[in-house]
Amino acid sequence: MAAIELQGVVKTFGPIRAVDGLDLNVPEGVCLGLLGPNGAGKSTTMRLLTGQAIADEGSLRVLGYELPRQSKDARARMGVVPQLDNLDIDVTVEENLKVFARLYRVADIGAAVDRALALARLTDRRHDAVDELSGGMRRRLLVARGLVHDPQLVLLDEPTVGLDPQIRAEIWTLIEDLRAEGTTILMSTHYIEEAERLADEVALMAKGRVIARGRPNDLIAEHAGRRTAEYYAPPERRAEVRAAAEAAGLPVRSAGPAVVIVGCERAPDGLVPDDAITRPSSLEDVFVELTGEELE
Amino acid sequence: MRRIEPAAVLGVMSREVANFRTFWRSTTFSSLMEPMIYLLAFGLGLGTTLVSTVDGVDYVEFVGTGMVATAVVFSSALPAMFGTFVKHRFQRTYDAILAAPVDVEELVSGEMLWIGLRSGIFGTFPLLITIGFGLDPAPAMLLVPFFCFVTALAFAGFGIAVAGSVAKIDQFNYVTTLVITPMFLLAGTFFPIEGLPEWAQVLSQFNPLHQLVVLVRSASFGFDAYDPLRLAGLVVLAFAMWRLAIDRLRRRLID
Repeated sequence: MAAIELQGVVKTFGPIRAVDGLDLNVPEGVCLGLLGPNGAGKSTTMRLLTGQAIADEGSLRVLGYELPRQSKDARARMGVVPQLDNLDIDVTVEENLKVFARLYRVADIGAAVDRALALARLTDRRHDAVDELSGGMRRRLLVARGLVHDPQLVLLDEPTVGLDPQIRAEIWTLIEDLRAEGTTILMSTHYIEEAERLADEVALMAKGRVIARGRPNDLIAEHAGRRTAEYYAPPERRAEVRAAAEAAGLPVRSAGPAVVIVGCERAPDGLVPDDAITRPSSLEDVFVELTGEELE
Repeated sequence: MRRIEPAAVLGVMSREVANFRTFWRSTTFSSLMEPMIYLLAFGLGLGTTLVSTVDGVDYVEFVGTGMVATAVVFSSALPAMFGTFVKHRFQRTYDAILAAPVDVEELVSGEMLWIGLRSGIFGTFPLLITIGFGLDPAPAMLLVPFFCFVTALAFAGFGIAVAGSVAKIDQFNYVTTLVITPMFLLAGTFFPIEGLPEWAQVLSQFNPLHQLVVLVRSASFGFDAYDPLRLAGLVVLAFAMWRLAIDRLRRRLID
C-alpha cells in the first residue's frame, strides 16, 4: 500500500492555482524529496495532506484514509515537522513534548517523551524552557515533537530552511536515522544538497505539479548528463561558446557571468574551452533544463 | 455537528495549562489587586462622599458584587481575542495543533473551556475581596463561579470569533471601544441602570454583563423569579458564541 496517493489534485487561491493536477504516490518506507522553488506548491501540498487545506478537485489518500473525510485518522498516524518554529517558548522542553503526546493520544506519555528526548539528544535539557535552547536544539525539539507518537509517516516541510550549516547537518543526521528505521518520509525542500543526500527519490515540482520523478542520480543522468561546464568569459566570447553549444544540440543557459553547458561530456572535442570549470551535473541542472527556472 | 473527542479537547487545554503555569503569578496578582483598587477608589471613595447605599445595599458591596462581571469580561474576551490572534498569526500554534488529530471544533472547545474555567475562578476574586470589605457571605454565592464560567464561555467564544474575523490586530480597538467598553459601563456595576434613559435600560437587558451582575447580586442578596431566565439566556449565548467561534476560526485556519 502506498503511504500517500494523490490523483489530479487541484487547489486554487483566487486566481492562483497553487496545486494544479498533482499526481503523487509515495510508497511505504521511502523518503521522497519534494523539490521545487518557492511558489511551486510544496507547502500547499503539505497543508492538503494535514487537512489544513481542502482540495478543489482530485482524490487524496494518506495511509489508506481518504482526505478530507478521514483526515483525523490519518493525522493520528503521521508526524509533521513545520517549516516555522512554533514551539511554546516559555514552557519546558519536556512539557512541549507532553502536550503533543496528549494531542496524539499516546498511551504511555512518559516513555514517549523519554524516547523523543533521546532522539533529539535533549534529555539533559528536559527541564529547561525552550527559550533557553540554542537554534539547533530548538529545531531538533521541533523534529522530536513531530515524532513523539512514533508515526508511520513523517511530513517534513523545509526542515532546514534558514539554518546555518552546522544545525542543518544535525537535522540531516536525525532524518537519516529516521530513514534507517524505515519510516516513510515526505520532505519538501528547495535545497539541492538536502534532496540529493536524504531522499531515495525526488519529485521535481513546478507550477503546482510534478514535472519529473526518480532517484536523484537517474534524474541527473537522464536530463543533465554526467558533467556540466561553467565558462566565465567576456560577453562576446560567452556568446560564441553558447552558439557553438546550441549548434551541437547541447542544453545551454546563462548563469550570471557564465555560460553553462549541461551534459558537456557529450560535446564535440574543442567545444568546451579548456579554461571552463567542469563539475558533476546536479538536480539543479535538471530542474533548470526542465523548467527554465532557478531553484534558489 | 462533528463528533468532539474529549481527549483532543483536554489536550488543547493541557497546552494552555502548561503555558499558564509560566505566568500565573502575575495574572493572579492583577486579578486580586484590580478589584481591590476599584473598591478602594469607587467603593470607599464615592461610597463615603457621594453615595452611601444603593437600593439598601452599601455602595462598596454594590460595586464589589458588580465587579465580578468586570473581572469576567476582562479575563475572557480580551485573552480570547488577543490570545487567539497571536497563536494563529504570530506563533503559528494552531498549525501545529491542527496537524495533530484535533479538529477546529475541539480546538475552539478546549480554548473556550480553559478561559471559562480560569474566569470562573478569577471572577470570584472581587466577591471574596468584597467579603473582606464587609459583605456577608451567603450559601448561594457558591453558584457565582458557575455564573462566571457560563458568561466567560460566551465572551471567550465572542473573542475567538472576533480574532477569526479581523485582518489586523489593531482592529481589536474597534471591538473594545464599541462593544466591550459600553457593555462594561452599562452593566450596572457602578450605578443602577434604573437611572439610565429608558432606551439604555432596554439595551442593558441584552447586555450579558448586566445579567451576570444581577445574578451575582441575587446570589449575594436574594434571588428573584427572573434569575433562571437570565442564566438560561447566558447559556444560550454561550452556545451561540461557541458555534460562531468555530465557524469564524475554521474559515481562518482551513484553506
